[in-house]
Amino acid sequence: MSGAERLLPLPDVDTAPFWAAASRGELSMQSCSVCHRLRFPPRPMCPSCGSLDALWESVSGRGTVWSYVVCYPPVLPAFADRAPYPVVLVELAEDPMLRMLGGISDCPPDRLCIGLPVQVWFEQLGEGLSLPQWRPLDPATRLSGP
Amino acid sequence: MLRAATIVGIGQTEFAKDIGRPERTIALEAIRAALADAGVSPGEVDGLVRFNLETTSEVEIARNLGIPNLRFFAEVGYGGGAGCAVVGLAAMAITTGRAEVVVCWRARNRGSGGRPWAGTGMRVGGDYQWSAPFGLVRPVDQIAMLARRHMHEYGTTSRQLGAVAVACRGHAVRNPYALQRTPITIEDHQASRLVADPLRKLDCCLETDGAVAVVVTSAERARDMRGSPALILAASQGTGPEHIVMTAYHAPRPLETPSTWAARDLFSAAGVQPSDVQVAQLYDAFTPLVLMSLEEYGFCKRGEAGPWASSGALSWPEGVLPCNTSGGGLSEAYVHGMNLLAEGIRQIRGTSTAQVSNATLCLVTSGAGVPTSALLLARP
Repeated sequence: MSGAERLLPLPDVDTAPFWAAASRGELSMQSCSVCHRLRFPPRPMCPSCGSLDALWESVSGRGTVWSYVVCYPPVLPAFADRAPYPVVLVELAEDPMLRMLGGISDCPPDRLCIGLPVQVWFEQLGEGLSLPQWRPLDPATRLSGP
Repeated sequence: MLRAATIVGIGQTEFAKDIGRPERTIALEAIRAALADAGVSPGEVDGLVRFNLETTSEVEIARNLGIPNLRFFAEVGYGGGAGCAVVGLAAMAITTGRAEVVVCWRARNRGSGGRPWAGTGMRVGGDYQWSAPFGLVRPVDQIAMLARRHMHEYGTTSRQLGAVAVACRGHAVRNPYALQRTPITIEDHQASRLVADPLRKLDCCLETDGAVAVVVTSAERARDMRGSPALILAASQGTGPEHIVMTAYHAPRPLETPSTWAARDLFSAAGVQPSDVQVAQLYDAFTPLVLMSLEEYGFCKRGEAGPWASSGALSWPEGVLPCNTSGGGLSEAYVHGMNLLAEGIRQIRGTSTAQVSNATLCLVTSGAGVPTSALLLARP
């Protein structure tokens, strides 16, 4: 990544625990205190049981690519230096309803496909924020370290 | 027994890359034209329904037109998803007696005014904190994610998406108001540059300035007006579960977009089948939305829309279901789908430049991938 200024998330009261966990290198999901259903994106109420009580639970950080896009110019200046770049939508191993977007590293374009098993890693961006990003789970498809 | 609601006037400005006049001015021009088309004076208007993205308020419109009192005013959110919904809301006001003459409009300088996504800030909160920091920012990226999955699940191809663009362009060639009137081929589509792989430039709608307005009133009142009425047979809205605007990736089956839900209620309320529809105006910000809508509104089974489009089904006059017969957002103009609505009304009136013979039932749909809405228009 070059020195171009990066787009950062703006955590709020519901999402701050997610980003705080990410800054510690943990992928954490909101979990209903009553019915224990995991949910994403975070929100105040459990859509299954209506409880307003939730915990945060670390998950494995493994998943599979549900779909992906390769973004070509024109893109925002914050992403211009890496275009064309891929964005993946990952289904987490814990529950296919937990789908997250992210970038993917160490994956040659011809290896990127729907169904690709991936593992999360955390890109530190400063200001105490880290973005969960992805790389192929199979090391054979990796090109370099973190 | 509720009164029937009809659309009795349509008006629009020219469409342009840079129209050179403010959005409020072109809104007024389109509304004035729609009222003239209906044969209604501004003093008879007692309701206004707008997109919540409109930059002109209802009272500002009313003040300019000299409307003495608004008995009914409302707005609908979610960008292009609001198009049929504003008309549906106007129809509810008519059928329940809350208003007699309601105007709906959209005025948008999207060609000269810049791309909304380009104004994304460096700190992104709300729902987009899960997408924008990762580089998924533009509407084309957000829809391409669903398009790729549709290709994976059903074998849909880029050439099949191209068939949608080619059909729309073929219709635009006949429409003097359309901005893109040079015929294109599948090869042109395939040669256009990638924007959000798998989507190409010719999978994307135009970026235009323009305004469109319609006048809604009761069937009874319409009999005294000059404009030729199109009956609003049914209107519906839908979101489906776990919806997030444009990045609706969290539902159990993300390829079941809000259109699936709007379609169910629409046909149920109208008491007709998709096979009864002779012509459709399907929201076409991007070509895959047309294929997905063909499936979700029940014209073919899931996964069959690609081959169906490639067979020529969408092309006037020989296609089974001519779609976007003015050229649509892809080739006429992108006015958040209100130009699709105007074309739907022209089809019912029999005045389209790609007129489907004996068109008695037309489907119009609004923004897909967002909370959506739809209308079935019929010849009274």
